[in-house]
Amino acid sequence: MFETSTLNARNKQVQRLVRILFLLMTLFLIVPVLTILATLVVKGSSVISIDFLFTNPTEGMTAGGIFPALLGTVFLVAVDLVIAIPIGISAAIYLSEYAGNNWLTRVINLAIINLAGVPSIVHALFGLGAFVLFFGFGTSILAASLTLAIMTLPLVIVASKESMQAVPQAFREASWNMGATRWQTIRRVVLPNAIPGILTGLILEISRTAGETAPIMFTGAVFFTPFLPQSIFDQTMAMPLHLFVVATQVPGVPEDLPYGVALMLIALVLFMNALSIAFRAWLRGKKKW
Amino acid sequence: MVAGMQPPANEPGAQVEAANIKLAVRDLSISYGRDTALGNVSLEIREHEIFGIIGPANAGKTSFLKSLNRMDMFNSDMHVKGEVLFNGLNIRKLRNIYALRSRIGVVFPLPVGLPMTIYDNVALAPRLSGMKNKADLDVIVERCLTRAALWDEVKDRLNSLGSLLSGGQQQRLTIARALSQEPELLMLDEFSIAVDPVTTMRIEDVLKELKSEMTIILVTNLVQQARRLADRTAFFLEGECVEIGETEDLFTDKVKDQRTNDYIEGRFG
Repeated sequence: MFETSTLNARNKQVQRLVRILFLLMTLFLIVPVLTILATLVVKGSSVISIDFLFTNPTEGMTAGGIFPALLGTVFLVAVDLVIAIPIGISAAIYLSEYAGNNWLTRVINLAIINLAGVPSIVHALFGLGAFVLFFGFGTSILAASLTLAIMTLPLVIVASKESMQAVPQAFREASWNMGATRWQTIRRVVLPNAIPGILTGLILEISRTAGETAPIMFTGAVFFTPFLPQSIFDQTMAMPLHLFVVATQVPGVPEDLPYGVALMLIALVLFMNALSIAFRAWLRGKKKW
Repeated sequence: MVAGMQPPANEPGAQVEAANIKLAVRDLSISYGRDTALGNVSLEIREHEIFGIIGPANAGKTSFLKSLNRMDMFNSDMHVKGEVLFNGLNIRKLRNIYALRSRIGVVFPLPVGLPMTIYDNVALAPRLSGMKNKADLDVIVERCLTRAALWDEVKDRLNSLGSLLSGGQQQRLTIARALSQEPELLMLDEFSIAVDPVTTMRIEDVLKELKSEMTIILVTNLVQQARRLADRTAFFLEGECVEIGETEDLFTDKVKDQRTNDYIEGRFG
């Protein structure tokens, strides 16, 4: 009754092959990540020190540290989050919980998809026209962060909306049946369950924001300034642009310097992600999801 | 009873005998797009009775319940026509629909333990209505869990997650949650589908006790459950209310419609 037929044997063989194929494809994904990290660590770690992190660049940016750029990127991300979180999450709540299936909703969804598809250099030119010139913010952290926020809003909206829609409808109905309004239901039932997904969206958003060069080039980031930004109306240096500059624009840069800057940029992004992940884990532990 | 939900004394229909009608339904029709789920149902549900509704799938039982607390507002496909009077007031004309819903407790076929602690599940309705005092909430939580026959099993772990309880426990949690609303009307929609027989009997005992305090609508696909519990029973079939009568009558030769008899005898459905 349980003898193996040739058909069984072949199915088993195919299954084994397919499994190995999928595993190989998955491993293939790791190769570039490891290569990048290894290269940066091997070539760049020699320049990294406390001094490197906390001093200005010197001698025409061929020596010294990266402090203004590091601080500038932290600033840009922080202001970007202040703009993108309230707008993005509000929009996601509307689209997930209030919007009916009508032409307005379809237009909004189409706009979000298109916004996500606009190349970053186009966002840069839009930011230059709108925030730097039209609103008169000048090249400033505010203009750059607004540009970054608009560029990354689709990420926040889509991730938040999807995590809210993953909350089972039965939960909402149970709450409505008790006499809760839509907003009470959102606040007490939907959002607490959606927060891990929303945070995942924000992690993606932060990584994207910290690493973008084009949108900030015309709107707020500068080649070099010895001054740290005092307000959101100041210009600032930023890590991705600084990397571009030391890698291609300045003659006589020691070979390991750009690798060190790149390594720090990645470390910064990973550090910010780690913060969000820790926050998410802390929330989960607290709420016992 | 909260002021404002009472019918004005001079309104026609507020006679003495109408005073113990909890819910009057007149010519109620429900449709989803072009499909009619329920057509022209008229019935009256008395205070402090258990009103059973039996019938096969797709009879319109759940849609009927949904229309009673205006859940059609959340479903743009669902269209309701006709009148429903709750305590003599037309629910379509109520301005405060949330107050109506908070007076009606609902228990679903599959238990919905919200992903919060057991305590928070039961305290949710009082909190929604603005209660913050921990001591008051403690009293309500203990009382409702006790009455839902769940207190002894969970009293030592009120802070663990409600959605991790077993199916039968979750259903009793859902009932405790409904009771925390102090409802005037409790609607149970096939509550025993996911519950073991022993728990079912315990919940049935609870319902018999609750009858003295509230009106209960019991939708069930178990005709014997209706027979055990319901004072009067309606038989729904394919969107039609075929027959309403004293429950015992439906099980004897006093049954008026042959289809009711066929369903109860298990010849279809």
